[in-house]
Amino acid sequence: MVAVEDTVFLIHVKICINGEEKEVVDGLSIARLLEELQIRPARVVIELNREIVSRQAHGSTVLKEGDALEIVQFVGGG
Amino acid sequence: MEDLLKLGERSYRSRLIVGTGKYKDFAETKKAIELSGAEIVTVAVRRVNITDPNKENLLDYLDPKKYTILPNTAGCYTAEDAVRTCRLARAAGIGNLIKLEVIGDDKTLFPDMPATLEAAKILVQEGFVVLPYIADDPITAKKLQDIGCAAVMPLAAPIGSGLGIRNPYNIRIIMEQARVPVIVDAGVGTASDAAIAMEMGCDGVLMNTAIAGARDPLLMAEAMRQAVEAGRKAYLAGRIPKKLYATASSPLDGMLA
Repeated sequence: MVAVEDTVFLIHVKICINGEEKEVVDGLSIARLLEELQIRPARVVIELNREIVSRQAHGSTVLKEGDALEIVQFVGGG
Repeated sequence: MEDLLKLGERSYRSRLIVGTGKYKDFAETKKAIELSGAEIVTVAVRRVNITDPNKENLLDYLDPKKYTILPNTAGCYTAEDAVRTCRLARAAGIGNLIKLEVIGDDKTLFPDMPATLEAAKILVQEGFVVLPYIADDPITAKKLQDIGCAAVMPLAAPIGSGLGIRNPYNIRIIMEQARVPVIVDAGVGTASDAAIAMEMGCDGVLMNTAIAGARDPLLMAEAMRQAVEAGRKAYLAGRIPKKLYATASSPLDGMLA
């Protein structure tokens, strides 16, 4: 019998990050996405479909097809 | 008694608020801010570049424990965008203070006052300490104060113009009726502009380009600190009235012959 893992295909979902369309692995959490993008969670704020996602919820929030994600930070300004 | 600037729940010794934009790099930003003596610094909220996320972050150079971070809503043209930006800024966990600006036009960068009022109402209700950037319009200043803004910040001149205070009479009227601090925000070009604002009795001055755009930003940061301090002291000391004719400084008695 073939192990389940061997038969699983990685399914991708299309999401929009900071206005750009991206494909990410289905089931990806915000915490994992930030890790992959090498972004420090403590330095950014996340908005998912116009709702702010608290840092504590990064791990439990999974990205779905059609999601619109904003990753913002503080920059120099007057 | 110590002379402090009170904004919301906090009080500050420095009456100079500085921006963090337009510097060569973060190291220069940090140095200029240190030399300015500012305790409050403004920042903007922007998207992270995800294809090349800059590993260095402004907050790596500005310790939020040392400085009060004042996020702005620069670049927002609607009340909705400004409110959204404020909520994002607050979620960063650096406090409730917000510099509200709703821009009306990209050539002058003058504020859209009705939209600023609309956003201010929502933000005050949501518990933000709102510092609105406004036109030198005493009527709107009063309305914003009545809504519950923690200060009003009339412009001296267009953002980045360096023209200095173009309408000191309106600023005076705004101050006369103000129960909240009046902070001149935008348009300062050089040290004397800042000193004039403070001598008039303004509670503070906010600037960015005047320092960051100077040939030597670090020297200008120091000059601005001194100008704001000197202007404040002169205001507290009470200047002499202006007169057309001379009054001798040396005694007239005891003259020879």
